[in-house]
Amino acid sequence: MSQQNRLGTGGRIDRSRPLRFSFNGQTLEGFAGDTLASALLANGVDVVGRSFKYSRPRGIVAAGAEEPNAIVQLGATEAGQVPNVRATQQALYGGLVAASTNGWPNVDRDLLGVIGSVGGRMMPPGFYYKTFMAPASLWPKYEKYIRKAAGLGRTPKEKDPDIYDHINRHCDVLVIGAGPAGLAAALAAGRSGARVIVCDEQDEMGGSLLDARELVDGRPASAWVASVLAELATLPEVLVLPRTTANGYHDHNFVTLHERRTEHLADLAPSINGRRQVRARMHRVRAGEVILATGTHERPLVFANNDVPGSMVAGAVSTYIRRYAVVPGRRLVLSTANDHAYRAALDWADAGREVVAIVDAREHPEGDLVNEARARNIRIIPGSAVIEANGKKRVTGAQVARIDIGGFKVAGRVETLSCDTIASSGGYSPVVHLAAHTGARPEWRDDILGFVPGKVPGMTPVGGVHGKSAIAEALADGAAAGVAAAQRTGFKVEAPALPKVAKVREGKAAALYQVPHVKPAMRAPKQFVDPQNDVTAAGIELATREGFESIEHVKRYTGMGFGTDQGKLGNINGMAIAARCLKQTIPQTGTTVFRPNYTPITFGAIAGRHCREFFDPRRFTALHAWHVEHGAKFEEVGQWMRPWYFPRGNETMHEAVQRECRAVREGVGILDASTLGKIEIQGKDAREFLNRIYTNAWTKLDVGKCRYGLMCKDDGMVMDDGVTACIGDNHFHMTTTTGGAAAVLDWMELWHQTEWPELEVYFNSVTDHWAAMAINGPNARKLLAELTDDIDLARDNFKFMDMREGTVAGVPARVYRISFTGELSYEINVQANHALHVWKALFEKGEKYGLTPYGTETMHVLRAEKGFIIVGQETDGSMTPEDLGMQWCVGYKKPFSWIGRRALTRPDTKREDRKQLVGLKPLDPQLVLDEGAQIVLEKEIRIPMPMVGHVTSSYYSPNLGHSFALAVVKGGSQRIGQTVYLPMADGRVHAAEVVSPVFLDAEGARQNV
Amino acid sequence: MLHIYCPHCAETREEEEFRPKGEAHIARPVEPEATSDEDWGNYLFFRKNPRGLHHELWYHAAGCRKFFNVTRDTVSYQIHETYKVGQKPSVTADKGAAK
Repeated sequence: MSQQNRLGTGGRIDRSRPLRFSFNGQTLEGFAGDTLASALLANGVDVVGRSFKYSRPRGIVAAGAEEPNAIVQLGATEAGQVPNVRATQQALYGGLVAASTNGWPNVDRDLLGVIGSVGGRMMPPGFYYKTFMAPASLWPKYEKYIRKAAGLGRTPKEKDPDIYDHINRHCDVLVIGAGPAGLAAALAAGRSGARVIVCDEQDEMGGSLLDARELVDGRPASAWVASVLAELATLPEVLVLPRTTANGYHDHNFVTLHERRTEHLADLAPSINGRRQVRARMHRVRAGEVILATGTHERPLVFANNDVPGSMVAGAVSTYIRRYAVVPGRRLVLSTANDHAYRAALDWADAGREVVAIVDAREHPEGDLVNEARARNIRIIPGSAVIEANGKKRVTGAQVARIDIGGFKVAGRVETLSCDTIASSGGYSPVVHLAAHTGARPEWRDDILGFVPGKVPGMTPVGGVHGKSAIAEALADGAAAGVAAAQRTGFKVEAPALPKVAKVREGKAAALYQVPHVKPAMRAPKQFVDPQNDVTAAGIELATREGFESIEHVKRYTGMGFGTDQGKLGNINGMAIAARCLKQTIPQTGTTVFRPNYTPITFGAIAGRHCREFFDPRRFTALHAWHVEHGAKFEEVGQWMRPWYFPRGNETMHEAVQRECRAVREGVGILDASTLGKIEIQGKDAREFLNRIYTNAWTKLDVGKCRYGLMCKDDGMVMDDGVTACIGDNHFHMTTTTGGAAAVLDWMELWHQTEWPELEVYFNSVTDHWAAMAINGPNARKLLAELTDDIDLARDNFKFMDMREGTVAGVPARVYRISFTGELSYEINVQANHALHVWKALFEKGEKYGLTPYGTETMHVLRAEKGFIIVGQETDGSMTPEDLGMQWCVGYKKPFSWIGRRALTRPDTKREDRKQLVGLKPLDPQLVLDEGAQIVLEKEIRIPMPMVGHVTSSYYSPNLGHSFALAVVKGGSQRIGQTVYLPMADGRVHAAEVVSPVFLDAEGARQNV
Repeated sequence: MLHIYCPHCAETREEEEFRPKGEAHIARPVEPEATSDEDWGNYLFFRKNPRGLHHELWYHAAGCRKFFNVTRDTVSYQIHETYKVGQKPSVTADKGAAK
């Protein structure tokens, strides 16, 4: 098949560069400068897909972003697969491989077409809800086939090898759209010296000028485009971005621009000098002023069988002929309600092909283009419209009749015209989508029969998007807006001299959306409104009859505008039909909301480089390299990578943890505790601040002493805990949970800045500055003694909860005698860059004591044996200090009503049946309960039954010789000695005895040696 | 994404640097122990959710670490003013927007 629809001359394609490509397995040829759609049309490919619901054959309808049918799966390789690409927006390149998205098993022989034609009337709106939802158990089965049939495209099965960038930009003026208005605005603003970005979604800039019939300064309009682009290229502050879609317009003039840098070259980004090029850039632009020059989308008319391939919007016909030198048929019937669409017939005739007739809905069409058509003896049928298309896989004829628009009825006999192409135009809908992203409701204008953008601060619409479509008018509008925008951002400039463009006189357009048929809409052949989602005029009518009056409900019930095209082509027609059925005006009916993205966008572009190791920052302690070297398995705690356990040889996790647990209790173990949050608190009111922020008292904490503190929110619920040491009278060192460090700092700043600014106190995070190593176990003192000669370690001189400053392994250190294991324990803090030295020194001396590194899992077991809580594990934001059995840590006598105190006397926090922390001892001593398991009071399980709590921590303890758990249980402190039950998902019911949460050394003898 | 003027930095910065902290001007009762359970509950849990002008507390978390107030329209997201903690808004729902 050669390019039978290609003209010998004209167009903006390069005939010296033929390109071979494949569509649905067939090899075809196009030219450089083609889109995939223009190349398909050049080759006479009529059917490009099957419709979503009825599986009807579909052809190319439009030439831009509004295309609903030509949605293809792109990619020659598995990794390069891209779903839902509009063929009208995909530049052709050599080796391009595309396939229809819809159509199963294929577009020409389609199994579902049978269902579509036989059962068409059985698939009204709400069909899926009404039919497939019951019985619910069968839904997964239906869904599988519906999805396959619906052909939503597929994602690649291989990793995406491409690179995507994000770029932050700031500009004075952002111009979106490079048609006549946009280019004039960019030129005017650019000449002022303002920083200007001008973007356009197409491969070539110029918009409607690229296929305009009008001459600009006596030359083809494209020559003026070239001259403007040449000048913009010389302006250093102007950035011109072709192939760049403004895909989202966010608050305060923040606009994301999706620039496709290689998708016109190959399915995967090519390499230059061995370096893979960046496939797409997401420019995150904060603009002083936005000039919205997005133009219009033409509305097709809604007539019966208007989806048969060969039916197109009129402007697309002109674009294919003039820009791509492709005439998409032989014999044209144009159905229009305005003058502008006459261009399609004139262009068709210019191309030397037959215009069968122009069918004009208006009784007395008048205007320059109408007169030109008359002068060329093209048959014009006034007061009429195409009411139905003939044909299945290609239009074979058009049924034309007189219509009464006001009465919405056919007013004369039906004449059938033989043709293979029907172009239609119901008018031009401004592309308001971007403005609507900001929340601005579009406003209806009767004079242009369309919605224009609502007001957005800092945004100026220019050109067609607010009804100024004629080239001369758009140029002047854009230039004036460009000057004004530059001025508002502080730049002065004269308006540029504008080229001369002859004004084309146009008659008034008629308001025609759905074309009446001889049969009522419900009985007539389908009149498609939203071809991508197979929404028909009858469907909208039915929705309104079933009581859906809000356009948002009609949209959801029918699916109108839910496709990947967001109903760019059909939404206004749908609203007009809903308005007619509801006997109200279009503005009364209103519009639906458009949301980003304007056109579908690959996830890669959204993620940019924020994926894999860059998705979230990872934090490592100063000792990380040692841990890796010694085979640690790691666990992520917040952003921190912490050693989880250190397996030896082929040890399982359980074996390693059991060994580490015993080593700490019998010899000495060491934990990298550097990740604990550390906050310096200084100032003369630091002590008072601690009194207010912690539940317990700090007034009498002497220098060199440490104290455990509980922090509550003002609702009385525990939010963090940790040990704080008094370094000097005005100087404290606070530790927080690893995950809570940032939140605690914010929390203290909040109270200081908003409630107690009179307190002189300062906070600073020092988490990363100090490395912390905790040595735990009976041999801890002996080990430390080998590395310090200036700290007196004697039992009575360096007591439990004391802090000493001195040197360890020859470097300055703070040593805290605190314990999270219940053992004799010292936490050695040194400057982080000394950490590895000290750690290694400890291991040198520690070998004879069996010094064992342990990780977070062993830490969890050891602290749980002692009943020490972990905030976030034993607590969930609903536990008070008393719920945790920590009354000893609550200073009710403190004079200031500290954060959380008042709430502890509210009726709900005083309830005795609150969930309270207890220990659980499974009756089977080998059984480790599931963390999160629900607790009930009766052995006989019935549903429902009261659930009284859940397991928060659960382990096997080699020190105890049995499994154990911590749990929260309603009224738990009164249930010590009772047996509770834990029903599991598999039907088993475990039993456990409620015991004290302290399993080991309740009197604390081990840490006080 | 909002563009927020930090009155402490005296610069307009991207929303990513800030964290919203809910309604502004929620003063902690001076004598909590003398406050009724109901009033304490109102202080803790009840917040306005207006359609229109709203005074909010924001935190320049990735900047100067200072808290400040923002008068923002919850419909249009327009920020009418930002002002320091301890100051009163000049734009209020009663007085209407300044511009």
